[in-house]
Amino acid sequence: MQYPSDIRIIRVPCTGKVDVIHILHAFEKGADGVYVVGCMEGECHFNNGNFRARKRVEQAQKILETIGIGGERARMYNLASSDGPLFAKYAAEMDELIRQLGPNPIKLAKKNAA
Amino acid sequence: MIVADKKPIEEIIAEIEDKERILILGCNECVTVCEAGGKKEAGVLKSALRMYFLNKGREVKIDEITLERQCDHEYLEEIRDVIDQYDAVVSLACGVGVQFMAEKYHSTPVYPGVNTCFLGATEERGLWTERCQACGSCLLASTGGICPVSRCAKRLLNGPCGGSTKGKCEISQETDCAWQLIVDRLKTLGKMDDYEKICPIKDWSTDRAGGPRKVKREDVQ
Repeated sequence: MQYPSDIRIIRVPCTGKVDVIHILHAFEKGADGVYVVGCMEGECHFNNGNFRARKRVEQAQKILETIGIGGERARMYNLASSDGPLFAKYAAEMDELIRQLGPNPIKLAKKNAA
Repeated sequence: MIVADKKPIEEIIAEIEDKERILILGCNECVTVCEAGGKKEAGVLKSALRMYFLNKGREVKIDEITLERQCDHEYLEEIRDVIDQYDAVVSLACGVGVQFMAEKYHSTPVYPGVNTCFLGATEERGLWTERCQACGSCLLASTGGICPVSRCAKRLLNGPCGGSTKGKCEISQETDCAWQLIVDRLKTLGKMDDYEKICPIKDWSTDRAGGPRKVKREDVQ
């Protein structure tokens, strides 16, 4: 089982910990895409952490769309923690999507400014 | 508390598009509780605006400070030393904070980052509802603690009107008839005698009808 090597995993205790600002900061720092992988809906150990995460991803998508970065660069996925193959599938899917979209325009803008 | 809602980012961008040095000023009071203009929202707006301008090829200085309150001199004074570093302030406080800011710092334009909505309560996270219109002469003692000024669409003082159906107001199926709530509450309290008392014409001069209002308390001055 393999997944694209250019994905950086940031572990959180629950996706409910992820806030809009974390997603935006990732883009500000040059990430080309951000996806949040939560537990299956209805199976959150803290009841609604993954639902909250989904809403926050949606908020981030709206902001990214408004400021011209593109809302599709942020995504939310749900899978069971034991489902490695699906994790790899989602990683490949996200990798392909981002390659289609190209680099984060902020990264390019920063390069040009430097 | 004062309930506000976020302004769309595009609306804020339209106001500050031509600025080079922007201060986002959050407020730690009401707008923090209603998740519209606290430290968290100020941080999100800062990040979003930074990226917006970078994407446009512009390096705009954007900072964020969140004050304890923006409706008191002592807290607004905290930015006196830095205000000259900016050519615009986006205040995420309610309309009171924005205006106080404008009165205090004459040469720096201030733009509202939220829409101030009403005086209300948090029913649950993400749901705030109106409870008070600050009419200046409270009637709650005779209405079982439920305000007909803020909660009846017609502000009826001797209700209900004919538009009350099954406890709901004619303006919307989702809106409770305030007078139904009042009657129910008075019944529970065993105070239906209060309902029979006719409320005299209210002196609305303490409401907005009397122009901008002032509370002066010489005993605490």
